[in-house]
Amino acid sequence: MILTEKQQQMLDGKQGETLAKVMKTLVMYGEAFGAEKMIEVTSEHNHLVTSFGLKMITPVYELMDKLIESGAISKQTFSVDPRPLDKNVPANFLQNLIFNKFMYSKQDFYEGQLNKLGLMDKDAFTCTCYMDEVGNKPQKGDILSWAESSAVVYANSVLGARCNRNSGIMDIMGSIAGCVPYFGLLTDEGRKASWVVKIETTKKPEAQLLGSAIGMKVMEDVPYVIGLDKWIGEELTDEACTYLKDFGAATASNGAVGLYHIDNLTPEAKEQGESLILENAKEYVITDEELERVKNNYPVIWKDKNAKPKLCFMGCPHMSLQQLKDWTDRVEEALKKYSNKKVVIPTVFTAAPKVLEEFNKTEYAERLKKTGVITSYICPLMYMNNPLCAKMPVITSSNKLRTYTTARYYTDDEILLQITKGGN
Amino acid sequence: MKEFKGRVVTPGTCTAKAVVTREGFNTLASLQKALQFGDKKATCNDQNNRDIYGEELAGNALVLPQTIGSTTGGMVLYCACAMKRQPACMLFTNHIDSLAAAGAILADVWLDDITMPVIDNLGDEFLNYVKTGMTVKVKEDGVVVVE
Repeated sequence: MILTEKQQQMLDGKQGETLAKVMKTLVMYGEAFGAEKMIEVTSEHNHLVTSFGLKMITPVYELMDKLIESGAISKQTFSVDPRPLDKNVPANFLQNLIFNKFMYSKQDFYEGQLNKLGLMDKDAFTCTCYMDEVGNKPQKGDILSWAESSAVVYANSVLGARCNRNSGIMDIMGSIAGCVPYFGLLTDEGRKASWVVKIETTKKPEAQLLGSAIGMKVMEDVPYVIGLDKWIGEELTDEACTYLKDFGAATASNGAVGLYHIDNLTPEAKEQGESLILENAKEYVITDEELERVKNNYPVIWKDKNAKPKLCFMGCPHMSLQQLKDWTDRVEEALKKYSNKKVVIPTVFTAAPKVLEEFNKTEYAERLKKTGVITSYICPLMYMNNPLCAKMPVITSSNKLRTYTTARYYTDDEILLQITKGGN
Repeated sequence: MKEFKGRVVTPGTCTAKAVVTREGFNTLASLQKALQFGDKKATCNDQNNRDIYGEELAGNALVLPQTIGSTTGGMVLYCACAMKRQPACMLFTNHIDSLAAAGAILADVWLDDITMPVIDNLGDEFLNYVKTGMTVKVKEDGVVVVE
């Protein structure tokens, strides 16, 4: 790999042993992918995936300490994934004991480390850092050193920024060095599609289900999706962006998608159209039957498959402001229809702290509260990692949450029915 | 006995029993529970992976096409290495993915006494040939012998 003089000096240890290791890590990372050079990180902020003070990740704290002690601090500030704990979310005595004493006992310590390393502010904990309210929204063409699969796929696909699917820890390495190896989704060639996905459904496909089907089929390849604009439009409206947020998170967690193009909608597809499709691209046709097949194939690992759900999580990835408003309307209407005053299953809607702050300024907040729905900034995945929570029958419309935990997937309409009417 | 040649991502040699997944290996889903609750065998906990759910990963040769899922994957792999619960080696049939590469490289650069050879580009023929339970030997130059 050809390095600039400054990069070579860093690698040679002229700026200390720790920065030499940072650069060595990036060089080896690049060499694994045939990168011939580094490229400057240009985004204003970084985003890190590791937000949780889990006892088990002591090796991470030790590494962070090395960075802090040697002064290897990034010039960028950063947001980070959601906090793992929130008192608003229902948990019994034993669950709390496990959360606080055994699982996330290092949370305060780790947040102290994050502050020293450059956390944007005390509320910068969310997987949807690109929301306007949060303020970490990269520009088109920006080079990022982000991690968090759902944020990376959104930044690449919807915002037109450029970022590889970096891992936790690697995210901070690029930010500290100020450069990342030039390969994969950072290059024009790496952003071409090797799959054409044709949407031939008779109704708007469920975002989380469509993303799951595509993710499992194309794995880490780039899909070019044709026919979705028919259902979600040709403009990146709030509604379309929300759809793509949930769709993308499912492609990234059920597969390893880091970038997708939606014909006539996402920025590069609008500019370059089908010229983004590689020769001999493979084809995947999505029909109603195919989505049903994918859904029916999800394993249900509840001990009692007919158990009554004890908790419902919505918002993995975190909900947008408009999503919170829309769901307030939907829950109210459905409760009225089924003659209930409050949701019949404890239900948590999760969003970024700053999105919740804005939501709480609207009249919707009080209306949602009256339905019994709880709002929280928590990471549902981190909640479900508690083995006592994992034993609970929890439902969700998040395909990411389904993938990593025992939560059971239902479509948005099915979730609405369950929380407002009841029944499995 | 059959030999396959791949590319060395991180160096080393080992001989171990193969654990084979033909689906993408979801690092977070597979390892987090084992690491969190002190399972020294690092039993695979990914409910979606029917090939290796319940298999011991620590000390075995993990054969996989690539890793998938959350971008905590590399960090999780790094922690597994630091806690000495990593596979004996990782043998990728495809080109290594960015998350697995990160985990293996972080461990190689930042941990002093850990060796986890990682070989990629071993090809589909390798994946078709090797079965869980077979013994594999990894040589320094990226040659993998299946016995």
